[in-house]
Amino acid sequence: MTDRRSPSTGWFAGIDPGDPEAAAGAIRDGSGDAVREWPQVAVESGAFDSEADYYAALHDATVTATRAAVREAETADDRQLIHSVRAMDDCERVANELAERVAEWAGSRREDAGTGVDYAGTLAGEDDAAEPLVSLARRVCDLDDEAASLRAHVQRTAPEVAPNLSALAGPVLAARLVALAGGLKDLARKPSGTIQVLGAEEALFAHLRGHAPSPKHGVIFVHEAIQGTSPEHRGSAARALAGKLAIAARIDHYTGDRKPELDAELEERIERIRERETE
Amino acid sequence: MTLPDGVERRSFGEKEGLATRGEPVYGEPTDGAWRRWDPRRSKLGAMLENGMETGLSGGETVLYLGAAAGTTVGHVADFASPTYAVEFAARPARDLLSVAESRRNLFPLLKDARKPETYAHVVEPVDALIQDVATRGQAKVALANRRFLREDGRLLMAIKARSEDVTADPDAVFETVLGSLEDGYEILETGPLAPFHEDHLAVVARPR
Repeated sequence: MTDRRSPSTGWFAGIDPGDPEAAAGAIRDGSGDAVREWPQVAVESGAFDSEADYYAALHDATVTATRAAVREAETADDRQLIHSVRAMDDCERVANELAERVAEWAGSRREDAGTGVDYAGTLAGEDDAAEPLVSLARRVCDLDDEAASLRAHVQRTAPEVAPNLSALAGPVLAARLVALAGGLKDLARKPSGTIQVLGAEEALFAHLRGHAPSPKHGVIFVHEAIQGTSPEHRGSAARALAGKLAIAARIDHYTGDRKPELDAELEERIERIRERETE
Repeated sequence: MTLPDGVERRSFGEKEGLATRGEPVYGEPTDGAWRRWDPRRSKLGAMLENGMETGLSGGETVLYLGAAAGTTVGHVADFASPTYAVEFAARPARDLLSVAESRRNLFPLLKDARKPETYAHVVEPVDALIQDVATRGQAKVALANRRFLREDGRLLMAIKARSEDVTADPDAVFETVLGSLEDGYEILETGPLAPFHEDHLAVVARPR
């Protein structure tokens, strides 16, 4: 093992120069307090034949170390977020579908049958687990619980993956946008006009085929900036919102720093659009 | 002022601008082996464009703090010798990697610039310390990394007012940061990065 280096040795001490993985590990996990002329030290100590050899090995080691760290960070971020938000949507959709089935079935047998996931919850509380209808209702509740815990997970992880986008759009909508674009990087490279209609592809292509008006908004429709604006100004609101979301996605992808001033800018834009209504 | 060897003014279409020789990074305009160095995307590029005396002559050893996606450090590696690029965030390091792959003298380090002991076993003494970190305590970072700078070396730094304090007046922020810097550096020149970057102050200093 080479992780017990004394403070004044370089990353290459005790490393086989032909083993880039070990060298990368030493770059990542090592440390030191003395600054020394490492290329010279490396050649004098016989670890490398020349400074050129030293630099070539250093390049491979630092690139390998960085690539490994980037890969680790990537598996923990936008790909995972996409899976969790899609799983959340699947659970909610299936829970609703099955709740309809439960309601229809229950309606054929009981006078007081209700509808929806809530009614499935009441049925699930009945003792008779052997009854297939009650058993199915319990599945609906489990799925609904699963959807809720996935939602909580998305709300926790989206701000880590895309802090600005999550602050502006809310974590769930942020996750959906990332999922629709295919990744944070892909979202960061999309023009705001595309972000504006993400999730409205059907309407967009109907429009492009020439027999429908252009869609004003895709999944961003659920955002308060649009919901809280009167219908005739929603197009402007959607355009303004999509513009800020595009900027947020780019900052999240390229720097990852939180920029609180974006929130205020969006608020101000929406404020100004809504003022037109009162005129 | 003189440009470092390996940095030239070239014309790209109707526009003229700084350029270095190297593999293109993000689809910037090229002219043969030369690629445009856009001062709006680079604080160091803006310093050169604004005519500051950076002391860079080409071929030096460089420690670059806050490499981000590698836009600027790629140009630095084009004209410098060994270039150590420190970046803290893994996400932009993805792009930094592709810049480093085509540049054998560029060494990416995914490290925290506030903790130089985590890369002191890798980085050799340098002629230039270039700093562009968006974090509070920018003077502290420059002071902590002074250990890597040769006696006759130069600190080239872009102070970002908003990283220290979003609400304070930028000039007051600059004054505070410069005051702290003087604990370890002699300030040689300061200047704004306008019109390319707002609320930034560029600093050239040498260790004392």
